[in-house]
Amino acid sequence: MKLTLRVWRQKNAGADGAMSTYEVDGISPDMSFLEMLDTLNEELILKGEDPVAFDHDCREGICGACSLVINGDAHGPERTTTCQLHMRSFSDGDTIDIEPWRASAFPVVKDLVVDRSSFDRIIQAGGYVSVPTGAAPEAHATPVPKPDADFAFEHAECIGCGACVAACPNGAAMLFTSAKINHLNVLPQGAPERETRVLDMVAQMDEEGFGGCTLAGECATACPKGIPLMSITSMNKEWLRATRKVAKR
Amino acid sequence: MARTVWDSTVGKKTVMAVSGLVMLLYLVAHMIGNLKIYFGAEEFNRYAHWLRTLGEPIMHYEWTLWLVRVVLVVAVVAHAVSAYQLSRRDIKARPSKYVHKKARASYATRTMRWGGIILGLFIVWHILDLTTGTVHTGGFEAGKPYQNVVDTFSTWYGNVIYLVAMLALGLHIRHGFWSAAQTLGAGSRTRDRALKTVANVLALLLTAGFIAVPVGVMTGVVS
Repeated sequence: MKLTLRVWRQKNAGADGAMSTYEVDGISPDMSFLEMLDTLNEELILKGEDPVAFDHDCREGICGACSLVINGDAHGPERTTTCQLHMRSFSDGDTIDIEPWRASAFPVVKDLVVDRSSFDRIIQAGGYVSVPTGAAPEAHATPVPKPDADFAFEHAECIGCGACVAACPNGAAMLFTSAKINHLNVLPQGAPERETRVLDMVAQMDEEGFGGCTLAGECATACPKGIPLMSITSMNKEWLRATRKVAKR
Repeated sequence: MARTVWDSTVGKKTVMAVSGLVMLLYLVAHMIGNLKIYFGAEEFNRYAHWLRTLGEPIMHYEWTLWLVRVVLVVAVVAHAVSAYQLSRRDIKARPSKYVHKKARASYATRTMRWGGIILGLFIVWHILDLTTGTVHTGGFEAGKPYQNVVDTFSTWYGNVIYLVAMLALGLHIRHGFWSAAQTLGAGSRTRDRALKTVANVLALLLTAGFIAVPVGVMTGVVS
């Protein structure tokens, strides 16, 4: 396959960026999108040019490091992560636009790499359960109803890649934050911090400069892990409940 | 608690949802009342007068009406201020656009902001036209709403403004009602289809019901 790539190049956070055009040839349809970029970078290095910087790690769709907006879609045309996107989703002779996640809470570090530590700070605000350290507790000691376990697991699938923010017209982190809150708030292990978790994480989300939700639904469409839009509804419910409860204290 | 709600994006959305539902409730009553215009000048004018005597004898003349007006003004202001603040925040959160643009979200979703502005301007015109009579053409007469309505919809611009605003209203409710349910945490997977249906039915009924009045004047059924 022969492709024309238009890639966002930006030297550093302070520099102005622009789209640069590159031609790549000899791309196999079985290559992943990132392997295609590796091919481009090998050529750039041989030519003595600066390779395109992009985030990647596990390359098996579970770490949430890869983050590219491909032809206007976060993670490209398939509902998966960029690393699990294969070149067979494209045709020979295609022009492909590659851009970084766009959000003021995700500043560009270089080229296609953005700083997603705002997500880490949302997690630090309450995306955990406080438990004493020691040996793992007996699994049956805390029974969890099956529907709750399923609900928790569905939300626990979030890998924190930020595709929801990239796809959202408002640069909102509602889907990420709601997935993390719902995952823990439904479980008995998360119950002691149920109210503070949702209040603190939503407050941190706002603090980071993410936008608000207009229920456009783009986040859930882009999510490679299929976190449902209703996740946001559940978080809103938790937030309203917590606001009422805390006010009574 | 009020501080927590107002300072949070989720809280401001709650303010928007509640104020939106208050206005929606009013619109249903307003639309039903409007349809009385099809039963002649006497019945319509009598209905308009009844609105002023509503709640008597515990309420004085026009007290209930003013109470409704105050609630509505509070709802409109709360809705608009939250929308303005949230929109500014949303625009700031996505400062650079994507080079590769794609058609996004549904038409109703994308037109919420512009539609809201159109509706806000419409409300101002609507009050100046048919409540105070300030911009009314054809000799506004208080207590004679039937003739006033006929006068308004006998002008081409009266019809255009009204029709555009009512279409904007339909789109606004279509996305707004369902969104309000999500914001208030009332949505769920099993209830989603029902909520979307109610939103569409409300949007369609209100738009059709309100548009029926200028259509009646235009076709000569109401004159």
